[in-house]
Amino acid sequence: MSEIDSNTMKYKLINMYQQNKAAIEEGLPDVVNRVRENAIRDFDRQGIPEKGSEAYKYTDLMRAFGKTYGYSFKAPKTDVDPETIFQCAVPDLDTYTILLENGWFYNKSGEQLNLPKGIIVRSFRDAATEFPELFEKHYNKYLESHKESIASFNTAFAQDGLFLHIPDGVVLEKPIQIINLLRGGNPLLVNQRNLIVVGKNSQAKVIVCDHTLSQQNFFANTVTEVFIDESAVFDYYSIQNQHNQSSQISSIFVNQMKNSNSLLNTLTLHGGFVRNNIHVKLAGEHAEANVYGLSLVDGKQHVDNFTFVDHAVANCNSNELYKNVLDDEATAAFNGRILVREDAQKTQAFQSNKNICLTQEAKMYTKPQLEIYADDVKCSHGATIGQIDEEALFYLKSRGIGGHEARMMLMHAFAYEVLSHIRVPVLMERYGDLVEKRLRGEFSKCEGCFVHCN
Amino acid sequence: MVMLKINNLKASVDGKEILKGINLEVKPGEVHAIMGPNGSGKSTLASVLAGNENFEVTEGEVSFFNKDLLVMAPEDRARAGLFLSFQYPIEIPGVSMVNFMKAAVNEKRKYNGQEPISAQDFLKMLRDKKKVVEMDDRLTSRSVNEGFSGGEKKKNEIFQMAMLEPKLSILDETDSGLDIDALRIVANGVNKLKTANTSTIVITHYQRLLDYIVPDVVHILYNGRIVKTGGKDLALELEEKGYDWIKEEVNV
Ligand SMILES: Nc1ncnc2c1ncn2[C@@H]1O[C@H](COP(=O)(O)OP(=O)(O)O)[C@@H](O)[C@H]1O
Ligand SMILES: [Mg+2]
Repeated sequence: MSEIDSNTMKYKLINMYQQNKAAIEEGLPDVVNRVRENAIRDFDRQGIPEKGSEAYKYTDLMRAFGKTYGYSFKAPKTDVDPETIFQCAVPDLDTYTILLENGWFYNKSGEQLNLPKGIIVRSFRDAATEFPELFEKHYNKYLESHKESIASFNTAFAQDGLFLHIPDGVVLEKPIQIINLLRGGNPLLVNQRNLIVVGKNSQAKVIVCDHTLSQQNFFANTVTEVFIDESAVFDYYSIQNQHNQSSQISSIFVNQMKNSNSLLNTLTLHGGFVRNNIHVKLAGEHAEANVYGLSLVDGKQHVDNFTFVDHAVANCNSNELYKNVLDDEATAAFNGRILVREDAQKTQAFQSNKNICLTQEAKMYTKPQLEIYADDVKCSHGATIGQIDEEALFYLKSRGIGGHEARMMLMHAFAYEVLSHIRVPVLMERYGDLVEKRLRGEFSKCEGCFVHCN
Repeated sequence: MVMLKINNLKASVDGKEILKGINLEVKPGEVHAIMGPNGSGKSTLASVLAGNENFEVTEGEVSFFNKDLLVMAPEDRARAGLFLSFQYPIEIPGVSMVNFMKAAVNEKRKYNGQEPISAQDFLKMLRDKKKVVEMDDRLTSRSVNEGFSGGEKKKNEIFQMAMLEPKLSILDETDSGLDIDALRIVANGVNKLKTANTSTIVITHYQRLLDYIVPDVVHILYNGRIVKTGGKDLALELEEKGYDWIKEEVNV
């Protein structure tokens, strides 16, 4: 179905990079620019991974890459009134709200934040110059070893995104809400690059909302690097709700130090083609990672969650739960790789993937991948693909709850297990509403939001 | 007036005939007991009446308040006032008891042309009905039957019955797995809910429950047929002699 083949597309993109190198590099310091050449070579060498290759067994990237897009090397001139945008908060949820448009940080959004002292929210490009030590220490450090060619593609083109720094010892009570908007009159490919540095003993929660504002074909290739220093606690909730003609590859690389604790939760509501790469490296002892995901897909949507939890040292825990509800002809894939390195004794790693296919045509592919090189570990994994439990359905019917309503209840119950791990109580409620609306086929956009993303 | 009329009902599962021609009439206000050895088809009869599609009705008619019950969807049977207390109530993690009961109550109200119940009235109802079976608050705040003990599940069935105020209740071995105190509580609950217009079919293996819920009529179901019908003394006779004499009598 794609308009061109992957090799041609790759050369087109490399050519675009070479033609626009000056524009890409403009205004950015050496720390960001000097890694580009390597990255583009890496992308050239590996190319756009073929469907069937190790990490893309069930996902055809040409569904995203095989379309025609425009590209912008400059920040968009936004005509959106920030006041209106700031109402796009999930109601009852008091957050600091930050806006990005087509991958570019909307500068004015930072001004009214009133963040507690020391917390830094900046555009990626400004921060790269303003905080050279942090960039030298962390930028492009956490995806190197994984050699993800799509991430390298992003590194070569990276111009802007979000930078967030929580200094040592700071506890941020209110979540930070990041709204990523895609809008414009033409199809657009966007490379957004985010860097989040969470200092020692600090705590922060981030909610990321991905929206599309217009009906064009969009392709967002986002890379987020997160460094979580010793004893820090960091939550990252991602709500993916782009229209069903859009494509999204979202890669997050998390590096965790001693005693740190992370929670990553990905909720996929809409989006034609979605690939999430979740890489977590437990690099300090007694670190804990909680990785959760829920996708509710229908039509011809395709959602692929690829997770990689790397137990690099001893005494770390990881818990992983992914659930998918598939309707119509939707397809979804889950790949859960857990690596327990030789020295990572006393590792506890748990993984579970549960799926419901509501139709014969919906297809779910699941692949656990455990590589264990230490002997004193507790690891488990399990995957199920099933239908709605007929016996439970009959129980509800026998109490007068009709077929459709009973189905809704059971699907909601199925999803609930993922929602129950959310560590912001109000957000858990909001998620419950979003999930219910999505299951009912109603608009699932955040209520009260001016964004009409469906 | 007859509330439930079953005429020559035959049903099978996977091609195997289980109910082989059941005839039964239940009038408003009556309590019927159905007894019989394991595997006779008691639960199958209850399932067919509740509308479980795993069983195929091959012959016969059932009318409920003069309506053809067999063409009604299971949820409509419930809304029309039929209630089954399951022999093995299922656990449904993630569906809270409160949401479940609220939905069930409102579906019934909608069926009867009533507005949804107000939050306040619902909470009051919940409180009142919990008392009927001395149901723990702890249980209603959980998911449906999740982590409930066998006895708690049975209590929960009768609690749901109290909430839905059915016209015909079919209690399938509600006594099994209950200790004597719990049995008394559950049986008293059932008796408290009884009115002159509501009927009960008590399926049980043992006479014990019938000491508390006193039947007007006792039927013995064996091998897919009602082979004997009598007064409450029939239950005592069964208790004394066991089921073997029935088997012999029928097989002769
Ligand atoms: N779902 C089913 N599939 C196959 N056979 C069944 C099923 N349910 C019941 N049966 C069979 O039907 C017969 C009657 O079972 P049941 O109605 O449960 O008896 P009772 O409740 O009187 O003990 C038994 O032989 C049982 O094995
Ligand atoms: Mg039985």
